Amino acid sequence: MKSFGKYLILISTLFVRRERFGVYVKLVVDEAISVGYNSIFIVVIVSSFIGAVTAVQTGYNLVSDLIPVSVIGTIVRDMTILELAPTIISVVLAGKVGSNIAGHLGTMRITEQIDAFEVMGINSASYLILPKILACMIMFPMLIIIAGFLSIYGGFLAGTLTGALTEQEYISGIRSGFQEYNIWFALIKSLVFAFIISSISAFNGYFTKGGALEVGQSSTTAVTNSCIAVLLADFLLAKLLL
Amino acid sequence: MIEFSNINKAFQEKVVLKNVSGIFTQGICNLIIGASGTGKSVLLKSLVGLIKPDSGSIKYDGREFTNIDNHLKQDIRRDIGMLFQGGALFDSKTVEQNVMFPLDMLTKMSKEEKYDRVNYCLQRVGLENVNHLMPSQISGGMQKRVGIARAFAMNSKYLYCDEPNSGLDPQTSIRIDNLIKDITHEFNITTVVVTHDMNSVLEIGEHVIFMYKGEKVYDGTKADILDTDVTSLQDFLFANKLIREMKAHK
Repeated sequence: MKSFGKYLILISTLFVRRERFGVYVKLVVDEAISVGYNSIFIVVIVSSFIGAVTAVQTGYNLVSDLIPVSVIGTIVRDMTILELAPTIISVVLAGKVGSNIAGHLGTMRITEQIDAFEVMGINSASYLILPKILACMIMFPMLIIIAGFLSIYGGFLAGTLTGALTEQEYISGIRSGFQEYNIWFALIKSLVFAFIISSISAFNGYFTKGGALEVGQSSTTAVTNSCIAVLLADFLLAKLLL
Repeated sequence: MIEFSNINKAFQEKVVLKNVSGIFTQGICNLIIGASGTGKSVLLKSLVGLIKPDSGSIKYDGREFTNIDNHLKQDIRRDIGMLFQGGALFDSKTVEQNVMFPLDMLTKMSKEEKYDRVNYCLQRVGLENVNHLMPSQISGGMQKRVGIARAFAMNSKYLYCDEPNSGLDPQTSIRIDNLIKDITHEFNITTVVVTHDMNSVLEIGEHVIFMYKGEKVYDGTKADILDTDVTSLQDFLFANKLIREMKAHK
């Protein structure tokens, strides 16, 4: 509870004694490039395989002749949009982006760089953390959209190349019973997860004490806590919005 | 001038500062000396506002620094420059960007004015042609000099230096010490240096405070320090062979 209170105080300090708007624009753009560009490779790999594996395993479980094989496309689409793309990719990004944020801030803390900001009269939390959170909230939805497309395309390739279903059947499946709201749900989830991952990781990094060992521990704690919080939020959002 | 009175600080049960008071005068190098773990750095961090003392008062030229609104504290902090023990240069920025950072954030100077100021500060600390290097590409001594350039880029009235010679060879240490002394006199700054290096005391110590177990046990000048009758200070000073010989020849 003490840590949660400290976390809430940190979040509130992001919005007091802010710097000029223009300062944040450059920082957010730099962070967004770092988050997006550096994560694209892992997102492409993970999402493509997620879709492919979902298609193959769904095909393997379809043993009844009463169910059309086009259902594989429908299942890949719904699983991708509702769960796999936003949640699994966010968990992967918690490891990639979260540990990076915690490590960066932790190193800045132990090398007194954060103290240097404070001595200059600059709100270090606002200057360092707010751009990271905003950048993640901009880039995560974009990465999730890319992941969604690639996952569905991965399912298409795996399904058709293994002969589980034809191209037409897959396309018919992904068109069948499509609900636009699911896309919005995925985007809302990605925004919430982006905030959770970036803020929890920043919190762990910002309050690092000690040396190199503690920076490593902060990164590990950041990833663990972010993943737990993402899964908890995933359940709550599903209950609230579906 | 920096005045501080009855500063107390404890971390849980451990008392680190006990009723520490003193005055740091403008235009000279004020030194806080003492062995490791005697509260020097905690006192320094309390003075710059990185640690909130449990009680006591700190005044910068009569302006109260403790228990004031953050905006007022920010105004005073903008007059403060600090050289950290490890330099604390921003590792994602070049040397030039490091020195320019406070100017970018805290002034409305034009780009040309900022570049002129950065080049002047870097030249003043004896660094040229390093503007575009990253901190990891320069030596520890050069990092300290960049730290000094960044600290006085804003025409700071108060300069704090935390162990400026740690990790440096004797020659570079003397160079850093002389640089701090010269800048202090040239710009009439109130400089406070935390050190346990006796060479620094002899080189630049115009006013010396000695800390022992969280208390100030000596407050005087470099000239008087060798004649001290404070046992803990004698133990600290005469652990150094050079000082013992100086005392013997005095």
